[in-house]
Amino acid sequence: MANNIEVGEIKYTPKDFASDQDVRWCPGCGDYAILAQVQRTFPKIPGIKRENIVWVSGIGCSSRFPYYMNTYGFHSIHGRAPAIATGIKLTRPDLQVWVATGDGDLLSIGGNHFIHACRKNVDIKIMLFNNRIYALTKGQYSPTSERGKITKTTPYGSVDYPFNAISLALGANATFVARSIDRDAKHLQAMILRAAQHKGTAFLEIYQNCNIFNDGAFRLLTDKETKEDHVLYLEHGKPMIFGKNKDKGIALNGLEPIVIDLNDGKHSIDDVLVHDENDDSLIRAFILSHLTDHPDFPTPVGVFRQLFQPTYDESVNQQVKEVTEKLGKGDLEKMLFSGNTWTVSDN
Amino acid sequence: MGNGKETEVKQIREVTVRFAGDSGDGMQLTGTQFSDTTASVGNDLSTLPDYPAEIRAPAGTLYGVSGFQLHFSSNDIFTPGDKPDVLVAMNPAALKKNLPDLKPGAMIIVNTDSFDKKNLALAGFESNPLEDGTLSGFEVYDVPITTLTFNALEDVDLSTKDKARSKNFFALGLMYWLFERPLDTTLNWLREKFKNKPELIEANEKALRAGYNFGDITERFTTRYKIEPAKLPAGTYRNISGNEATAWGFIAASVRSGLPLFLGSYPITPASEILQFLSKYKNFNVRTFQAEDEIAGITSAIGAAFAGNLAITTTSGPGLALKTEAIGLAVMTELPLVIVDVQRGGPSTGLPTKTEQADLLQALYGRNGEAPVGVVAAATPSDCFHMAIEASRLALEFMTPVILLSDGYLANGSEPWKIPHVDELPEIKVKFLTEPEGFKPYARDENLVRPWVKPGTPNMEHRIGGLEKANITGNVSYDPENHHQMVTIRAQKVKNMQKVIPDLEVDGDKEGDLLVLGWGSTYGAIKEGVERARRKGYKVSQAHLKYLNPFPKNTGEVLSKFKRILLPEVNMGQLAKVLKSEFLHHGIIQFNLVRGLPFRSTEIEEKIIELLGGGNNGQ
Repeated sequence: MANNIEVGEIKYTPKDFASDQDVRWCPGCGDYAILAQVQRTFPKIPGIKRENIVWVSGIGCSSRFPYYMNTYGFHSIHGRAPAIATGIKLTRPDLQVWVATGDGDLLSIGGNHFIHACRKNVDIKIMLFNNRIYALTKGQYSPTSERGKITKTTPYGSVDYPFNAISLALGANATFVARSIDRDAKHLQAMILRAAQHKGTAFLEIYQNCNIFNDGAFRLLTDKETKEDHVLYLEHGKPMIFGKNKDKGIALNGLEPIVIDLNDGKHSIDDVLVHDENDDSLIRAFILSHLTDHPDFPTPVGVFRQLFQPTYDESVNQQVKEVTEKLGKGDLEKMLFSGNTWTVSDN
Repeated sequence: MGNGKETEVKQIREVTVRFAGDSGDGMQLTGTQFSDTTASVGNDLSTLPDYPAEIRAPAGTLYGVSGFQLHFSSNDIFTPGDKPDVLVAMNPAALKKNLPDLKPGAMIIVNTDSFDKKNLALAGFESNPLEDGTLSGFEVYDVPITTLTFNALEDVDLSTKDKARSKNFFALGLMYWLFERPLDTTLNWLREKFKNKPELIEANEKALRAGYNFGDITERFTTRYKIEPAKLPAGTYRNISGNEATAWGFIAASVRSGLPLFLGSYPITPASEILQFLSKYKNFNVRTFQAEDEIAGITSAIGAAFAGNLAITTTSGPGLALKTEAIGLAVMTELPLVIVDVQRGGPSTGLPTKTEQADLLQALYGRNGEAPVGVVAAATPSDCFHMAIEASRLALEFMTPVILLSDGYLANGSEPWKIPHVDELPEIKVKFLTEPEGFKPYARDENLVRPWVKPGTPNMEHRIGGLEKANITGNVSYDPENHHQMVTIRAQKVKNMQKVIPDLEVDGDKEGDLLVLGWGSTYGAIKEGVERARRKGYKVSQAHLKYLNPFPKNTGEVLSKFKRILLPEVNMGQLAKVLKSEFLHHGIIQFNLVRGLPFRSTEIEEKIIELLGGGNNGQ
């Protein structure tokens, strides 16, 4: 991508991406941090032009996002952002299309659009603000709420099994699947930049704290005391080690993931699984996505998988081009008078 | 043709033919071929396919019967005919199902090979109707069509099953002989269709010719019928179905507006064909998107509209219901969008393959909040072309969604169409704002239309969305007075379309006792019914509404000139309801038949006569 930078290109600052609207999320909401990291990262996207960015959103707290970005924006209806984004990208491949969405918006009412955008590899970037709660409607459980959760609509505890968003995206064949955390500014910026540069459906799940209705949902992953033991940073080509003293690793026993202690004298760094983002097989990515099922395992963040495949919009437009080359540019008059016609004369 | 047989040629003015058989018998294809050939010899015609919702219902059953009716004439005609003069019945079920519809003394051609015990039982015949007198009073020709087809294909290298599939071409050939039609339209079609399967060209051509020659040779048929070409206005014609015309209308609108065309759609009967047609025309800068569901169909189109395209979505009633919320979004964001509803029998899944006009109120009012949209309706199959252009023009020039109502009858029916030249088509004026100086996303022109700015335009970045907007700035606003103002503006903007739509015209006297008023696909039946009543001396006028929101500005005035207004609708009186509330006319007489079928012209004629007083006193 770096060689695409043109000489004399506009240099943006984070402020250039801030709109004139007052930001109206609750004080202390994780959305502020995400907005800040997006505004800080966008000037770093090679070749970016503000007028070519479109933010599309659905309904929910996170879906107010487009109002605060000084780009083109569309705050639409509940769940439909990926479909609207698809219509934009298909007809205007010159635009970079982003979706801001939440766990209810994307995984519940918009679930169908999400999996089909992934399946088709539409070149859109989907940022999921996952706070595991319905916040705009004031505190009902969401499709990512953990089982047993007590909310306004589950006073005796939720009996639903939650969606694993990363696993769902992988299963739907998204070509870029990543996770980050609102409070990890540096990592989040890196992931936003990676998503921006990916060609195809880029799915970035961001754990986001709702300090009003689900405060502390990700505390273990963000508190100074606990985070190093609970977060696994995935890095391409690097062994999966974590812990305060970098002395724990993820290994595979057959298809079973295990945590190994690098100081126990029985294991060495060579036993630790090395991360391969571009692995053709989904198996390892799935195993990693399900580490969160077990309390003993760390939560992976970073890029789970990235594949390089023709995008849907590219293929659609390529076909338009090829058919036009083959048949010639359409001539309406010719079309109307083609095929079986007959002429009635004046007399 | 030189067999020495005496054949009389009878000149007739018009005839209605119905082809009927199992849904796997190829009756739709046979009907379409007969129509295309009939159109090419210059007859005026109108068609009505009638097929079951099941793709291949169990063979031989009554509910598996598929029919195709065709009315053709040396005069102008407007309907596919009320009662058939000729029935081709490929099996007992087809005979049983269609017998009650036939004119007294009608000609029936049956495939006797299929009249075995099993098929008779499946059709519910206790004895063989060919032998028990059931058909007395009809002119019956029993032809062993299957056997004769096998004989003709003796040398063709195909399985017995495949050979049997050519029997519809035998029937078609026989009908071509009976009505003096040439074979070449069908032969050309066969050669194109099966260009990679020469054995199928051979088989079908042999069957077609065998059928034709059978008519020529057999002693049974002694009369052929001749229908002179109709005296249509000079021009070049083609036969066109409503769905085809709709698809072409949008391509024309794209060309005339200079915008690329985007269709987001989900397959649904009877609208899928529009998506199929448009997916072929990629070299017209057309992008079609078969979406994951109805909602993605319309929302992708809304995205494409935002991005600067002529954006459309196509569906039928159940799909329109699913798109409801998104239409509201397009109303709020004031983006141009055309929604095509090819209406079918409802509610729920209803009668997927049958016609109905019962989505009018859904189109007019079926949304949350005050959400007016433009609504237009096509009157005939070829009119779908013009109304697709009109819907696009109104949507683009007024930055608002417009619903185009078609229905199953128009969609599948066909008629000869005098092809317009491109430069005769309306021009559609679209301008994208590119000047950032003083730009406000919800500023208004004299028609209250807001500017359209394509993403990618520098220094005009702005946000739109489903939340209420402050007038002019387009910022989110919860202000009570602003909301009232915006509700009023959106309604007035749609009303302003009256400035650019044609007045309602009256056929016949401009005032009087009785006006027959219609909308949508009832046009043909009303026209024919009115003309028949007039021939009998009754004084009756006709008007047809193609613009349903807003109504043409002279609508109230037109209605006020008539004491009574007869309003036939294939619903329970939806337009009647709207007219009564809008114009306070006390003489509206509803005429509602909701059978999944179009009105018959005789039903309209009889109603007119009943209203104008039984005897011939209409003056």
